[in-house]
Amino acid sequence: MVVGGSNLPREELLEMYRRMVLIRRIEEQLARDCAAGKLPGPVHLYIGEEAVAVGVCRHLSERDWITSTHRGHGHFLAKGGDPARMMAEIYGRADGICGGFGGSMHVADFSRGIIGANGIVGGGIALATGAALAAQLDGDGRVAVAFFGDGAANQGVLMEALNVASLWKLPLILVCENNGFSEFSPTATVTSGSIAERARPFGVPFREIDGNDVIAVWQAADVAVRRAREGRGPSLIEARTYRTRGHVEYEVTFITEPYRDEAEVEAWRARDPIDRFARRLREEDPGVADELAAIDAAVEETMRAAVRFAESSPEPDPASARGQMFATAP
Amino acid sequence: MARKRMIQAMNEALIEEMERDPSIVLFGEDVKASLFGDTKGLWKRFGPDRVRDTPICEALISGMAVGAAAAGRRVICHMMFGNFVYTGMDAIANQAAKLRYMTNGQIKLPITYLAVSGGGRSAAAQHSDAIHPVLANLGGVKVVMPGSPADAKGLLKSAIRDDDPVFFLQAAGRGGEPGEVPEGEYLIPLGRAAIRRPGRDLSLVAIGAMVRPALKAAEALSGEGIEVEVVDPRTVVPLDLETILASVRRTGRLVVVDEARDTCSVASHLAALAAERAFDALLAPIRRVTVPDCCIPYAPVLERAILPSVETIERAVRETLAWRRPT
Repeated sequence: MVVGGSNLPREELLEMYRRMVLIRRIEEQLARDCAAGKLPGPVHLYIGEEAVAVGVCRHLSERDWITSTHRGHGHFLAKGGDPARMMAEIYGRADGICGGFGGSMHVADFSRGIIGANGIVGGGIALATGAALAAQLDGDGRVAVAFFGDGAANQGVLMEALNVASLWKLPLILVCENNGFSEFSPTATVTSGSIAERARPFGVPFREIDGNDVIAVWQAADVAVRRAREGRGPSLIEARTYRTRGHVEYEVTFITEPYRDEAEVEAWRARDPIDRFARRLREEDPGVADELAAIDAAVEETMRAAVRFAESSPEPDPASARGQMFATAP
Repeated sequence: MARKRMIQAMNEALIEEMERDPSIVLFGEDVKASLFGDTKGLWKRFGPDRVRDTPICEALISGMAVGAAAAGRRVICHMMFGNFVYTGMDAIANQAAKLRYMTNGQIKLPITYLAVSGGGRSAAAQHSDAIHPVLANLGGVKVVMPGSPADAKGLLKSAIRDDDPVFFLQAAGRGGEPGEVPEGEYLIPLGRAAIRRPGRDLSLVAIGAMVRPALKAAEALSGEGIEVEVVDPRTVVPLDLETILASVRRTGRLVVVDEARDTCSVASHLAALAAERAFDALLAPIRRVTVPDCCIPYAPVLERAILPSVETIERAVRETLAWRRPT
């Protein structure tokens, strides 16, 4: 099926659609849960940015590594994380993927190569670089992807990672999700120059792409992942996207002055990555509509099952609060 | 047994462990040139894949250690000076110390961070901090402080084999200290204190670099008939409280020597624990010999004036023994 100049198998296109919709439905539910006061902690939603995680992670197997951000549900799900166990984690329940010890900002599943969401802006970049070093030493073609935001692009560790990854030709893909905001500050007010071009002096190939176009993301990631697997070194992708939700779901309770123009939000909503992709799929093949509807229905059920699982899971045992600090207990 | 310097004992431990476990990767700033001598010869022996010089970028390398360990490697990361740990602190405090707990034990992080810690060499304030209290307070990293060359070998080998992040802090100025070091396989478990010198009158707990002046003070006092028991915790996380408190219960008096700033020093922590758990056995107030809450100065005479010494330790011991309940 030819979509946007790509020539991807129909199943692959539908799987990309399914994963994006899954992230969307789960997070819409989290937004409702948060508004209803059901979530114990802060959640940062990825709504509007789903194409980036999905377009990149479709190139990865469970053996590849990713690090994520505080806005990490999308990466977790795109990499194959279990929605029910993620939901239980965010609900703070014992069956959560991290037993209720991590929460929204720390969803991780090492068995699927998900080193995890990270509450420190830029915190995943060095971790992914280290995982890339391990992958290089293993020599089995694995790669590591660091997802980070435009805010993290202003952390010095990005420059340090570009330098080392380029020197050592590490199989690292740096994926900057430029969603227009560094918490509550518009990116332009805190970021000089181009983020993508920060790779140039390090000799690292870079591309700036439309992050709301899952095919464009898929294509850029294809090149970068291939390069990394072949031992030719790191790449940087800057995916231009937009955070249609706030920085954090609770922000209406403490942000009193609007920090962005509602018209801008609307303009980006019109470029919604899922709507756009569905439209293109239908244009290409009107017969696909039934399949998309079936995917929508199945995802809706997956989401409901995840909620049921989370709600029926017990709270963690307070006696276990000291958790697992050490592998070898003192 | 052979007589070796502490830094040679460390070098031996690194070579033996890297021979033993091919998954180990070692990286850091100038590990090939080896500023202190601990990583000398490793690059030649194990090659540029497993032994890597990094740029000067602690924020990255401390985090790479976490990522590489999460991805299945056993990692030795050389931070050079203790003060440089501060520039790598996010990955240490927020990642290494927390990733296992936050993910409910999904992973092991077998990392040994090496650093030289403490003063005494006119390296001035930004190269002389004793960083163990900061690290111990993180909760999620182990902190090893060898007081002799043999311990340096045995503890470093255990640190490398440990499945958690461990800071191995070599005391500044003690690298050249000689001592008998066992050949080959020699492991000292983390979390086991050593009684360096038995004594009935007072328990003198000395941490890391402080072991040597504490032993000297004990020797001098012994000439006057004062028998001080010198206890070396060897690791401050995990802490062998049992051995320390048993000593306090035997002697009834406690002086703790710690080359850390007084506020929140490990000495303060030990004093609190002893007061809580062995109050009934105490015959005198607990004394701490620490560094005042100021920076470490440059000029030798200034530095000597603030670091614990044989003299200040002796004085604290004498004063504790002379203490009488006010009537």
